[in-house]
Amino acid sequence: MPLVLNEEQNMLKDAAKDFCGNNTPISQLRKLRDDKADKGFDEPTWQQMVELGWAGIIIPEDFGGLGFGYMGMGVVMEECGRTLTASPLFSTAVLGASAIMNAGSDEQKGELLGQVAGGELLLALALEETPHHNPYGATTKAEKSGSGYKVTGSKKFVLDGHVANKLIVVARTSGNAGDRDGLTMVLVDSDAKGVKVTRTFMADSRNAANIEFDGAEGVLLGTEGKAADVLDRVLDTGRILLAAEMLGSSQECFERTVEYLKTREQFGVPIGSFQALKHRAAQMFCEIELSKSVVLEALSALDENSDEIAELASLAKARLNDTYNLVSSEGIQMHGGIGMTDEYDIGFFMKRARVSEHTLGNSAFHRNRYGETQGY
Amino acid sequence: MGTLNDFRMETRAWLEENCPESMRGPAAVGEEDMIGGGKKQVYKNPDAKVWLDRMAARGWTAPMWPTEYGGGGLSKDEYLILQDEMIRLNARSPIGGMGFSMIGPTLLDYGTEEQKREHLPKIVSGEIRWCQGYSEPGAGSDLAGLQTKCEDAGDYFLVNGQKIWTSGAQYADWIFTLVRTDPQAPKHEGISFVLIDMDQPGVTVRPIKLISGSSPFCETFFDNARVEKQNLVGQINRGWTVGKRLLQHERSSISGLNSGGRRGRYDGMRGLTDVAKEYVGLADGKLADATLRGEILVNEMNQRAFGLTQQRAMAESESGGTPTFATSFFKYYGSETGKTRLELQLKAMGTQSLGWEGDMFSDEEKTLTRTWLRSKSSTIAGGSSEIQLNIVAKRVLGLPD
Ligand SMILES: Cc1cc2nc3c(=O)[nH]c(=O)nc-3n(C[C@H](O)[C@H](O)[C@H](O)COP(=O)(O)OP(=O)(O)OC[C@H]3O[C@@H](n4cnc5c(N)ncnc54)[C@H](O)[C@@H]3O)c2cc1C
Repeated sequence: MPLVLNEEQNMLKDAAKDFCGNNTPISQLRKLRDDKADKGFDEPTWQQMVELGWAGIIIPEDFGGLGFGYMGMGVVMEECGRTLTASPLFSTAVLGASAIMNAGSDEQKGELLGQVAGGELLLALALEETPHHNPYGATTKAEKSGSGYKVTGSKKFVLDGHVANKLIVVARTSGNAGDRDGLTMVLVDSDAKGVKVTRTFMADSRNAANIEFDGAEGVLLGTEGKAADVLDRVLDTGRILLAAEMLGSSQECFERTVEYLKTREQFGVPIGSFQALKHRAAQMFCEIELSKSVVLEALSALDENSDEIAELASLAKARLNDTYNLVSSEGIQMHGGIGMTDEYDIGFFMKRARVSEHTLGNSAFHRNRYGETQGY
Repeated sequence: MGTLNDFRMETRAWLEENCPESMRGPAAVGEEDMIGGGKKQVYKNPDAKVWLDRMAARGWTAPMWPTEYGGGGLSKDEYLILQDEMIRLNARSPIGGMGFSMIGPTLLDYGTEEQKREHLPKIVSGEIRWCQGYSEPGAGSDLAGLQTKCEDAGDYFLVNGQKIWTSGAQYADWIFTLVRTDPQAPKHEGISFVLIDMDQPGVTVRPIKLISGSSPFCETFFDNARVEKQNLVGQINRGWTVGKRLLQHERSSISGLNSGGRRGRYDGMRGLTDVAKEYVGLADGKLADATLRGEILVNEMNQRAFGLTQQRAMAESESGGTPTFATSFFKYYGSETGKTRLELQLKAMGTQSLGWEGDMFSDEEKTLTRTWLRSKSSTIAGGSSEIQLNIVAKRVLGLPD
């Protein structure tokens, strides 16, 4: 319920703002894109983030993390969103870490979480099989084999899938696509036999991969056939923290646009004096204010382990999808021709907005889900 | 925390004991659902007066005003507890109106000590009811274009001119007004803020009928109305500053900012989704009309986000919600979202939501027709939506004129 940051969280936010402003400005993403950098992120920068403790923010201290909670991770994600920072933070330290935390055996947690926090291990969640988010849609098969499982099938849009050392594969041990029952998470080394990773280049210049599994061997993460509940929590955690990143990006994109409205002149006056633009800017301000509130509320719900996590995750993700979409589209429109040029940064926000929108559920998905949580 | 919990327990017990049974839940047909107080108030249900007097005696009609002016002197946290506990009982608000939401808070900000001692206790007790004389036929959105004249007549002022859309003028005892005291000065700099006793021959009111069929507001005429000098609030020709502050209080009240956006606030109306479930029905656990369901979800989720934002604003302002220019944002968003909600309620209920009179429609249905029509004024009164967006663009975003 705290809808305001405490002092420690504010300090972390300021530190993150400084770091991202100095070390990961949008020019870094542009360079990674232009160079077609192998990893798609800058390794030394990532190691600096690790040194700051960011990879272990949500990981409990007992397992080598900071135990600083979701609100803490949220403010870091928000600042990373402002500069469109490319890093494995989301795939590894949010999705990956929370999968291990929620599903891992004590042994797995002991072994893996410390490596995540220490920046030695990159993880990726291999979930989607179609162009649309479908949490229970796995057809990829997992079959028991000795002490482990053999995985066969193909996955799409695996975030950071081309750099991850280990893949958390959402597979099926029984039932049909769409069933919650029968889902099983298997941890597969990305260099295991039968794993074929193909990097995909997306419009936002961030990283994803399509991955084929052909009898690849892995070990069980969690309980066979019963992964759905854990998966819900992992995905909600991802949705909420991605919403935090989108909040940062929306604010930055909006502030840049308002600044442009004040400086660009036409008809002898700043274009920001035109009421048609003023009103739309004011409406965007409203949407962003509401967005801040839903993200804070959802982050607190994670920290408090409240029973409203699912509905708040959907509330936050749907709202941030829509707000970021609006702000990034208007950002281009209000910049006129220059907004259409690659040289100008504003377009990066729109590209990232759409990719984030389709990550872990678009607005239609989340409105429907919200309605289900409310019994209508 | 111990003391807050004590306060909650004590409040709960007191309310249980003192809130009359008939003041819990919606008003019975034919009873007023909101008491406005004042000398002309008729209490159709005598319990309403009992309830008002008991609450007023504790200062809980104005819970956060200082006790020296009759208020409850509660902290923000205590106020929220009082609200919670009233909701628990479905207790109706004992009284409301512009005394509480507008002129009271403005006098606390800008009034002299004598003005506060004179006027605030009479608001708290319900003795005096206030109305707002801002708008004129030629001055609506462009309020500073107002022309009602106020001249110095030695010991007192004389006021001449006309106000319009004066809500509740036919029930009010006093009116706070913006008047022109210097016709030569630039328009914002020749305005003063004066309080006028309406019980005098120089003040007449004439009700105007609205599209909802009721007449909640009036034209108000001043013909050599007399105003004592001590009823000037702030300095002469500096009334615009006072008047603007009052508008911020008005907007934060219209947008429910003072109530901190609590969910489930008791307003006597069923939720949109309950109504939709009844009139549209469920299929496989979802509203049977998928398109309407989608629209309702957008509105419900916006309402929820808005409520959280009200709570955040409360949490951010240590002082318990002194309004700023951000109130324009709340006024705009709250009224627009509320208006949409009523349109959706119409869609959900179909022709049953459009009955005007007669037994073929339930009371709830007929009330909705009126509420829907009345809701249209929420984006006009208190400064239209367009004006709120202008204010946000200029004052919050710093966009040029
Ligand atoms: C139910 C109700 C109760 C009211 N109660 C009171 C009361 O108690 N006391 C009181 O003093 N007044 C009261 N009002 C008056 C209210 O404040 C005015 O109606 C309001 O300020 C608009 O003024 P107007 O009606 O003259 O409309 P106009 O100012 O003529 O506006 C007409 C349209 O033009 C738009 N417009 C005007 N200027 C601009 C601009 N600069 N940019 C863009 N669009 C613009 C408006 O948004 C509106 O859509 C009440 C009104 C209503 C409906």
